[in-house]
Amino acid sequence: MRSFIRQLRPALISVVFFTVLLGVAYPLVATAIGQVLFHDKANGSLVRRDGVVVGSELIGQTFVAPEYFHSRPSAAGAGYDGSASSGSNYGPQNPDFLAAVAERAAAYREENGLAADAEVPVDAVTASGSGLDPHISIANARLQAPRVAEARGLELSVVLVAIGKHTDDRVLGVLGEPGVNVLMLNLALDDLSAGAS
Amino acid sequence: MSWQNILQIAALIGLLALCVPRLGRYMGYVYGSRADGTAPGDRFFNPIERVIYRIFGVDSKREQRWNVYAASMMAFTLVSLLSLYVLLRTQGSLFFNPTDRASMSPTGAFNAAVSFTTNTNWQWFSGEVAISHLTQMLGFAVHNFISAAVGLAIVVALIRGITRSRSRNLGNFWVDLTRGIIRILLPLALAGAVVLISQGVVQNFNGHTVATAVDTTNTDAEGNAIAEQLIPGGPVASQEAIKELGTNGGGYYNANSAHPFESSNGFTNFMEIFMLLLIPLALVFTFGALVQDKRQSRLLVAVMAGILVVFSGMAALSEQNGNSALASLQVDQSISTDQSGGNMEGKEVRFGAISCGVFAGATTGTSTGAVNCMHDSFTSLGGLAPMLHMMLGEISPGGVGVGLSGVLIMALLSVFIAGLMVGRTPEYLGKKIQAAEMKLVTLYILAMPFALLTFAAAAVVLRSAATYQAGPHGLSEVLYNYASTANNNGSAFAYQGTGTQWYTVTQGLSMLMGRFFTIIPALAIGGSLAAKPKVPATSGTMPTHNPLFGFLLAGVILIVAGLTFFPALALGPILEHLSL
Repeated sequence: MRSFIRQLRPALISVVFFTVLLGVAYPLVATAIGQVLFHDKANGSLVRRDGVVVGSELIGQTFVAPEYFHSRPSAAGAGYDGSASSGSNYGPQNPDFLAAVAERAAAYREENGLAADAEVPVDAVTASGSGLDPHISIANARLQAPRVAEARGLELSVVLVAIGKHTDDRVLGVLGEPGVNVLMLNLALDDLSAGAS
Repeated sequence: MSWQNILQIAALIGLLALCVPRLGRYMGYVYGSRADGTAPGDRFFNPIERVIYRIFGVDSKREQRWNVYAASMMAFTLVSLLSLYVLLRTQGSLFFNPTDRASMSPTGAFNAAVSFTTNTNWQWFSGEVAISHLTQMLGFAVHNFISAAVGLAIVVALIRGITRSRSRNLGNFWVDLTRGIIRILLPLALAGAVVLISQGVVQNFNGHTVATAVDTTNTDAEGNAIAEQLIPGGPVASQEAIKELGTNGGGYYNANSAHPFESSNGFTNFMEIFMLLLIPLALVFTFGALVQDKRQSRLLVAVMAGILVVFSGMAALSEQNGNSALASLQVDQSISTDQSGGNMEGKEVRFGAISCGVFAGATTGTSTGAVNCMHDSFTSLGGLAPMLHMMLGEISPGGVGVGLSGVLIMALLSVFIAGLMVGRTPEYLGKKIQAAEMKLVTLYILAMPFALLTFAAAAVVLRSAATYQAGPHGLSEVLYNYASTANNNGSAFAYQGTGTQWYTVTQGLSMLMGRFFTIIPALAIGGSLAAKPKVPATSGTMPTHNPLFGFLLAGVILIVAGLTFFPALALGPILEHLSL
């Protein structure tokens, strides 16, 4: 016990010292380096249209109109709430979860004019871990493409080319999985439509 | 599994094989593996350290007996715990709080302060909803470093107990703590943070940036238009780097490493898995350097890696295999060039199911607890893998420092059992293992199951768990969450609301027991071994570097956990799987 009390002095001083070093100096230095070398990325890879911030390249957004590609279901707040990232945390056999998947699958088939027993891509009917997944699978995007093309009066081939352009491949061809960035794709389609009209 | 998945795993193993032995040797120099005690970078670090010791008022030349070493560690822990508690209780009225976060309740703050002090980083709260930027920096980031450095100090002291002969001292806690932070954790973390920022992990001091939504027809449940989206900010990358390197695992945001601002693409995901395995594995080579026997470290690495591969593989393959309940709903979970497939509930498209399983294996083998997908939504077998992996005591390769001490304790148990079989006094690296050590080993091994099962049983019997899901999955949630706190892991089956008074208090206690009822016996074992003379190896000494001992060690680890946890697991994930 005596040695414990004797050690309290260095304990107190060291906690203060390390708080300044690791809690102030370290994040400040990292921020300084980040802000100078990778300014846009350090600030959230923000996307601007006509000078207005319309989102982040890395954060998904909710789309409901038929002319837009739709993101995955989201459990973040009311959907893609950037201030409340979350998964559903449903267990694999939770009846609420299975009912939600069945409902989403039916809605997805109807929206995209698929047969009532057509298989739907798994990412289209499940919520991501963050609730902010910026991507959908290529399979999911291809199934939505005819609907989007029709709503926008664009050729299907034009929309498919846009999908290819906004597919983020695996890093170095190996790391991670490919996905279509929904926000960037939709913004590009808006540009295309604006150019056409 | 696609060929890219296989190549990705091969790249991970290759990069680890390249870096781990080198870092391990370097850490050996830092903790005195050279006879003259010098280490690379002395010219730069020595003057800094001299100043630091003067500020602390400690004599760096003066070594401590095990109980003084433990007292220093406990004093340091107590002060850092209290400082974090005060910060959490007052953050609402402090400065640098751009997102207006309120102060925490007493039991909530107790749980959170214990959690970050014990290197658990269990979060009953959601990071972005409950924590101010100031607390993230001054509180959580600092604890990410110091709790890992304490782990380093503990295992180095234990190893000194093995290497020293007829000695009373195990080193100086303040010196080991400082060198671990200044020479190992801080440089690695800064480099890691810059790499993460370069890929899109954010590093700023902003609150929320308001973005105008692109699709203006979107409405909430009440039919009100949602016209904007809040883009979060914060000094995230600096925290992310040490969160993985220090095997802490507490996310800046609720979604942890599934959040695009914590891990933005396949490369950051790869880097984070690499970083959380790096130091725990390297420490084994540090051990080899300090005991001057590389064969010992090769054997321990082989055992750890073997267990890690089994559980990572089990999680990855189960998740890629998909959720059989979805197949009947005409959901396509197959793998093709157009989708990665698998059980995608709680998973990100950019990571896919395989790398989720690998991450889950790595995070539960190392006591990190970071997640890149939601474990509660895993299939029954996929979820069993990380749960059982934690229940092994997290020795594959375990948290920074505590993992290696855990495996050394299991090695002592293994030589003891082998000694009983042949009727010889067991020895480990020239030290006789006798009654005093074995009592401490028993204490060490009982601490975690006690902190896990007692509270989990009480939670179920008292029906204190109000929000778990129906059926065997509910029991899995209770078991997983106490396994996480008792092992200082920090990952969760997060459906369960653990912010109640019952959970914050019992899980806080479970974290304290899981941490200190193991590291104090470990230090005591170090002290007891240090006092003994080294006995020369004879033809009757059982070698502890050959495959026979490897199988014995792995067997002891599996049997101890199996006997302890099988009944509980049978009613949780195993029943869930069989009821499919």
